[in-house]
Amino acid sequence: MSLVELKNLTKTFGGLLAVNDVSFSVEEGSIVGLIGPNGAGKTTVFNLITGNYIPDTGEAIFDGKDVVGMQTHRIVNLGIARTFQTIRLFKSLNALENVLSGCHCRMKSGVFASMFRTPAQRAEEKRVLEKAMSELEFVGLKDQWDTQADSLSYGKQRLLEIARALATEPKFIILDEPAGGMNDQETQELIELIKAIRERGITVLLIEHDMSLVMKICEHLIVLEYGAVIAEGDPETIKNDPRVIEAYLGADDDLL
Amino acid sequence: MIKKQDILCLAGAAVFACAPLVLDAYWTDVLNNIGLYAILALSLNIILGQCGLFQMGHAAFFAVGAYTSAILNTMFDIPLLWTMPLAGILAGLFGLIVARPIIHLRGDYLLIVTIGIVEIIRIALINDVGGLTGGANGIFGIDRPMLFGLKIKRPYQFFYLIWGFCAVTIFLFHRLENSRFGRALNYIKDDDVAAEGSGIDISRYKLIAFVIGAFWAGMVGTIFAGKMKIISPESFSFWESVLLFTIVILGGMGSIRGVLLGAFLIIGLPELFRDFASARMLVFGAAMIAMMIFRTQGLLPPLPRKYDVSRFFSKAEGEQS
Repeated sequence: MSLVELKNLTKTFGGLLAVNDVSFSVEEGSIVGLIGPNGAGKTTVFNLITGNYIPDTGEAIFDGKDVVGMQTHRIVNLGIARTFQTIRLFKSLNALENVLSGCHCRMKSGVFASMFRTPAQRAEEKRVLEKAMSELEFVGLKDQWDTQADSLSYGKQRLLEIARALATEPKFIILDEPAGGMNDQETQELIELIKAIRERGITVLLIEHDMSLVMKICEHLIVLEYGAVIAEGDPETIKNDPRVIEAYLGADDDLL
Repeated sequence: MIKKQDILCLAGAAVFACAPLVLDAYWTDVLNNIGLYAILALSLNIILGQCGLFQMGHAAFFAVGAYTSAILNTMFDIPLLWTMPLAGILAGLFGLIVARPIIHLRGDYLLIVTIGIVEIIRIALINDVGGLTGGANGIFGIDRPMLFGLKIKRPYQFFYLIWGFCAVTIFLFHRLENSRFGRALNYIKDDDVAAEGSGIDISRYKLIAFVIGAFWAGMVGTIFAGKMKIISPESFSFWESVLLFTIVILGGMGSIRGVLLGAFLIIGLPELFRDFASARMLVFGAAMIAMMIFRTQGLLPPLPRKYDVSRFFSKAEGEQS
């Protein structure tokens, strides 16, 4: 069953056609990669799914609901979480508080409950603290829980973003270049982490430039060029697709 | 479980509570003014300090509260302190109505609109809207507040009313700061796109911050009306908003202890240096410039929140030993 279905999404910025009639679907429980040269519109597609942009035409069906035009926080509530290509952590806060922000949408206590510290509010705080610590442990940052976010290394900041996204209890997680800025060892650990995320029953969609990573973990690939889907299939098919080789990888297929 | 820090706070508060015993009426009144500004600045701190919304029209909410109480008290003879919740609610409602259309504005754009709001209120009051506000003369003959049958009129009595209210404010706002709500405001201040992407309804939280700030400022308006007995539009000028803004920025955005220190410095110091009153603006200006260069986070920036996570590590330590 497909969890996410994009139908004929189109988005223009002024005269620029950023996303041109893109349709694809993501099977529940799979790891799908979205690849393409720089400026192909990958991140724009992400932003259309997460409500940061509103498409000119088309539908984005998630779990049976069209999320086009919904506010981002509502979409997060439905179960779509994301990380950012350019890291957007809460820099002045520590790692734990960054993850707690993800727990926010699964909490209920309001202003009055907080002012008067009702038993329900205290129980909830305890529960989310546990949740946030377990997510930090999941990505391997438990020991750095009180490190300020911008003091973490680049690779760890990426992991922290993933932990924050996981704390929203998503069904579908969108990772925008998670290996950017990571060294080889960190990338290996990331591969294990992405597999572990899938083990939790969360569907993964990722944009990535590191081809070896994409080829290793994605079951299905979608290739974008100039905002349009030019090829789709399993890594083996994509690797040998002449259009992809020409458009994305250049004529030199040694890269693979 | 009582912490050492709490004991120090309580001891400090107890010593401070004895201040009227040693100070004369004049200096007690200075402390009262500091207290009023401290509560106002604490309410502004929720909007400006914690949520990072540049709000320079806080005197407007203060004015709505003060005039609500004054009108209800002088026209309908409702005891002054009874009007306090209503003053807060009307100010909060006013905050909701004016903030709703401008809540998506950022930084200096919001600042300019809020300056407009405080001016509109002041001019509306001068123009005697609906024949209720008494025009430029304001409203006089406001009753003194009555608390448990005791009429509060002397400075030391006001001292306990104002600083008692301030203590309650600090207590509640401290709890608010260390909650889901307080954290959400900090996320919005740090990066509103990431906050929205983490599932926080940022417009809603910005609005709630405005409403709480306005509600509290409105309640301070009631006490102010009772203390002055006369209120007029001059008391709610743009200048008052600037003072409150300065208190929060100078003391430390988002820091309760910083805001308290700011109130003592901005309101208290000019009293100590009366002889140089004409140079006051010069000193303020120079101090702000120096702050912007050397200590942008304010004199006492907020401390990191504390989380008790020891229980998550006890197992690992057990294995080591």
